[in-house]
Amino acid sequence: MTDIGIIFKIATVGIIVAILDKIFESMGREEQATLVTLAGLVVVLMMVIGMISNLFDSIKTMFQF
Amino acid sequence: MEIIQVVVIGLVSTIIILLLKDERPEIAIQLSIACGIIIFFIMLSKITAVIQALEQIANKVNIDTVYLNTVLKIIGIAYISSFGVEICKDAGQNSIGSKIEFAGKILIIIMAMPIIMAIIDMIIKIMP
Repeated sequence: MTDIGIIFKIATVGIIVAILDKIFESMGREEQATLVTLAGLVVVLMMVIGMISNLFDSIKTMFQF
Repeated sequence: MEIIQVVVIGLVSTIIILLLKDERPEIAIQLSIACGIIIFFIMLSKITAVIQALEQIANKVNIDTVYLNTVLKIIGIAYISSFGVEICKDAGQNSIGSKIEFAGKILIIIMAMPIIMAIIDMIIKIMP
């Protein structure tokens, strides 16, 4: 697993989503703001779910489930 | 040294989580999950070494491998359920965390049932 890389990827996605959210709110387009938030959430969720499935696979093989 | 790597990753992700906590709490929680998984993967090789040492000891004392496998499964269940419980508690969902803990305990009891039966049979045999 790329150790710190994945943490910084998730951090950048989070920061970008937070900034875009504020920009859209200041421009007055509320619905785009929530859409951007959802998009960011889905991107991060895909990454984290991939890592969780790797974790559970390695635990299964290691503890002879 | 792995411990330095683990501490550095833990501190860096804690700081980033604090940054994201008030605006995007959902991404902060996923970041803590990712950090936990990375730390587990760093320690993966060490855990497999410990398990192999346990198996060698069990073979030397010729304990039946069924018991060792059950113990390893119980450790696995305990680790996964505590992983889930702590993340739920971090997110503030204590009730969900305690439900997961409850399910984990039941599964562990079921796993340990054959060992308990074997011990009771042995005791009955020894009793006069």
